[in-house]
Amino acid sequence: MMYVIQFAIILAICIIGNMLHDYLQLPIPGNVLGMTLLLFLLLTGIIRLSMIEDVSNFMLKHLSFFFIPAAVGLITCFSILEGKWAALMFISVVSTFIIVVVTGATVQILMKRRQYRE
Amino acid sequence: MSELISPFVRSPLFGISISLLTFYAGSLLYKKTGSSLMNPLVLSMVMIIVLLLSFHISFDDYNRGGQFISFFLGPATVILAVPLYRKINLLKENVVPILAGISIGSVAGIVSIIVMCKIFGFDELISVSMIPKSVTTPIGIEISSQLGGLPSITVAAIVFTGVAGVLLGPAVCKLFRIDDKVAVGVAIGTSSHALGTTKAVELGETEGAMSGLAIGIAGLMTVFLAPLLAKLLM
Repeated sequence: MMYVIQFAIILAICIIGNMLHDYLQLPIPGNVLGMTLLLFLLLTGIIRLSMIEDVSNFMLKHLSFFFIPAAVGLITCFSILEGKWAALMFISVVSTFIIVVVTGATVQILMKRRQYRE
Repeated sequence: MSELISPFVRSPLFGISISLLTFYAGSLLYKKTGSSLMNPLVLSMVMIIVLLLSFHISFDDYNRGGQFISFFLGPATVILAVPLYRKINLLKENVVPILAGISIGSVAGIVSIIVMCKIFGFDELISVSMIPKSVTTPIGIEISSQLGGLPSITVAAIVFTGVAGVLLGPAVCKLFRIDDKVAVGVAIGTSSHALGTTKAVELGETEGAMSGLAIGIAGLMTVFLAPLLAKLLM
């Protein structure tokens, strides 16, 4: 399907997600509602993957490009973060460590238990 | 700023073109070195910040163009459903271990972040910006602004986390004898999103697929968990 139509479908879902967020006052961000909605539409077959596939693949391939302005915005936070950089990195590293261990151990224990039962 | 180039700097073209150019340069470096640490986003961010600082160009001038790029964050979040849809069968095969692992791991991560922010005496603005730092960037930005944080700090923390996951993920799994392929993949994807997944893909097909699956699920779960835990603990 044509790129323009594919992108229009994605934008429409995005808009519906944001409208749901605004009107229903849901605590979930509109774009995330849009993501859940798209997943639902794909799973139920209302939207076929081919209807959005080319644009999705293109955007997913270059996804991090769209984060550049948000990342550059760090420049406006330099004064708030002064003297806190080491702590920020420390927290990032330690929490990553904790998540890897807790997630990995939980999945592994449950997988082993299941295999044992079988 | 010289009179000659200042109209260019003030037009949206400036922000858009330097973003494209630096991202292109970053992507080339990434391809040449093949290292997941040569992240095009990080390289592009550093180049632009250095450029803005050295020519005394304000962030507002840059963001006149930048906001057009940020507009695509909405559609970029929506299409995260596509990789999740493609991998949904993997989830069906091991639904309980995967969902339990991601939810317990995400709770542990958020709690540890809040506790450490308290220990370091961070104010609420920074703490709240740190909470969604383990999820994929578009969802992290959303959660951060919803909690009243600064999305730019979140993006920086997300990138640190991704690099930490690439460097530590496989070694930590080995150290704690986590050798089940599904467990390793889910652990890396939950802790360090797409950046960690580049490393998981190197470990093997199952690890890579599971890590990719975990990105979307961890993102969705954190949307619910972050406000809840923030309210409870802060």
